[in-house]
Amino acid sequence: MNASGIEIKGSEAAGKSAREVPLSVYDLTVAYQRKPVLWDVGFEIPPGSLVGVVGPNGAGKSTLLKAVLELLPKASGRIRLFGGSYAENRQRVGYVPQRESVDWDFPVDALDVVTMGLYRQIGWFRPVQRRHRDLAMAALERVGIADLAHRQISQLSGGQQQRTFLARALVQGADLYLMDEPFAAVDAATERAMLAVLREMKASGKTAIVIHHDLQTVPQYFDYVLLLNMRVVAFGPTSEVFTSENLQKTYGGRLTLLEEATHAMREQGRQP
Amino acid sequence: MIWEWSISWLALPDDLWRVLSLRDYNTRVVVLGTALLGAAAGVIGSFALLRKRALLGDALSHAMLPGIALAYLAAVWLGAEGKSVPLLLFGATLSGLLGTCCVLGIRHWTRLKEDAALSIVLSVFFGAGVALLGIVQQTARGHAAGLESFVFGKASALAIEDAWVIMGGGLVCVLLVSLFFKEWKLLCFDETFAASNGWPVVGLDWLMMFLIVLISVVGLQAVGLVLMIALLVIPPAAARFWTDDLRTMVWLAGVLGCVSSFGGAIVSALLPRLPSGAMIVLFAGAIFLVSLLLGTRRGVFYQAWQSWSLQQRIQRQHLLRAMFELSELQEVHSGSSVGQPVPVDFERLQAMRSWSKRQLAAEVRRAISAGLVIPLSPSQLRLTAAGQQLAARLVHQHRLWELYLITHAELAPSKVDRDADRIEHVLTPEMIARLERLLNASQQGGSVPVSPHPILPPAAVEPAGGGRP
Repeated sequence: MNASGIEIKGSEAAGKSAREVPLSVYDLTVAYQRKPVLWDVGFEIPPGSLVGVVGPNGAGKSTLLKAVLELLPKASGRIRLFGGSYAENRQRVGYVPQRESVDWDFPVDALDVVTMGLYRQIGWFRPVQRRHRDLAMAALERVGIADLAHRQISQLSGGQQQRTFLARALVQGADLYLMDEPFAAVDAATERAMLAVLREMKASGKTAIVIHHDLQTVPQYFDYVLLLNMRVVAFGPTSEVFTSENLQKTYGGRLTLLEEATHAMREQGRQP
Repeated sequence: MIWEWSISWLALPDDLWRVLSLRDYNTRVVVLGTALLGAAAGVIGSFALLRKRALLGDALSHAMLPGIALAYLAAVWLGAEGKSVPLLLFGATLSGLLGTCCVLGIRHWTRLKEDAALSIVLSVFFGAGVALLGIVQQTARGHAAGLESFVFGKASALAIEDAWVIMGGGLVCVLLVSLFFKEWKLLCFDETFAASNGWPVVGLDWLMMFLIVLISVVGLQAVGLVLMIALLVIPPAAARFWTDDLRTMVWLAGVLGCVSSFGGAIVSALLPRLPSGAMIVLFAGAIFLVSLLLGTRRGVFYQAWQSWSLQQRIQRQHLLRAMFELSELQEVHSGSSVGQPVPVDFERLQAMRSWSKRQLAAEVRRAISAGLVIPLSPSQLRLTAAGQQLAARLVHQHRLWELYLITHAELAPSKVDRDADRIEHVLTPEMIARLERLLNASQQGGSVPVSPHPILPPAAVEPAGGGRP
């Protein structure tokens, strides 16, 4: 394997990002129509880590990512990306939304979708060129579906669609990746392919923050874990933080007053 | 009345020629203007459709009616000539935008869903417009103002200047779409991702809305506000049946919109009693119907044909595989040379699968006429060389897939036959190549792997006479 080669190249390339904290969040509160979804959330992601975000439905995991990406207004708090604002560091952040968030009947092929990750670099009004398509092709190659580049996206399987989304984020060449449930309902081959990509990212000093539902694979996939249920229940190295006690707290063992007040998630809560 | 109609029908050939040849300058400008309007509406309509803004466009155009009537009344009240088209269109734009804002406002501030908000705004604004038109009718010259032509469209009443306005609007629309093509593509596909990348999605959305307003306003006289939505939605929807590519869809929608408008404008120029808006919509509807049935990507016939031919293929593959596996079995028993087609009993063949005698006989007949099977006697048949080759390939694929399921999906060998049965027919060459690579350690490419499970159900292996009930 060429893992060592990537490691060397990666650590050189990541020289700058290795020192910078890719994401720090202080006292973040986000509310939907006055109902708080995230409450005083704070953490600091170490560079070059794979972070799993875990919590029940309605815990505010997607909201957290969207707040970081400034897709949602925050009621209070501060978010720093690589020490600056999101607007300053947009190019260094790649986003993989939930697969269900788009209409896969849209008349484009997989390569088109991946190319969309380059639109910002291409700029206003300029057409997509050959070299952009080549870059997109290389990204598809990395996630293992280059042979499906010209397949209409509705004809891709769920796992292939998810890989297309991952490739769209990869093609940006970002240093921090925010992924909203990339492993949800994908086939085993896709899971392996995406995991390999995550490990490559880590090897080259990049950081990924991944919302994850399958608790069993958390220790195996992620070296840091963020247990979230409207507030941060625990954050730290998986080996220290991913304990049954913390999980119990996250998935609603005893409800705090805050949670009772907004008890929506109790109905939807998942088993630990 | 009848007399009048027959006169106009009698004169039709002459008129038809006069209109079709576009000899008359006025007709020419009007027809070409309307055709360009159709093209532009199809182009911007593609994005409206993909952005799921079709109904918003409908509410928008209906909401224009009170603006038209109010503009007329205001002009008359100020002592000016009432029917000044630019003024009327300005009024239309304002009230159309107001209606759109109402929809967005209701959706944002209340818990009502979009469809309710649209219905409320559309009907209330239109109702207000109809009421105001009633008032216009009662003013001194209101009866002759002909504001109704804005409702259903009257291309023949277009002045040359109006046609130029339409062409100008259409050109602006087509230019902006080609300029913002990439940006709108992203916006329509994945708004969240676009926003996270820093694209000004609100601005892009409003620009698209602006173009829809522009096209609706300039097309008002030709198509009418009631049916404007058809020109925005039907051509793109029809185009979608023919292609899976956005660029192709957009220009095809332009062409289809152009053809519909051209046809509608011509008919309406010939028979002025038929409002052009209605004619355009009927043309578009006919094109839609044809696309729905014959479209090469999603047309009904195409899909029916696809599933029919898949069924046919599956039936044939079942037959060939069953014959191959039977002869394989007989080779094992008789020790005859491997790989040579062996005569197969019809009855034993029937026991291989749950197919009726008649189904099997029909399938055998088809295979015989395709040169894959030779009948030896009424109860015996054999694969031809071509049939044998094809069957070997099918069995190869089937067993590769079974092996894959056993080794990679960890299914029990007794269960894989059924699963492989369903999948093998849709395996593409590249998938087979991948399977071969994956299973390469245990299999040499090309040769037929050994079946991982007993081929016959236990009952069928028993000696003849002990067959299944």
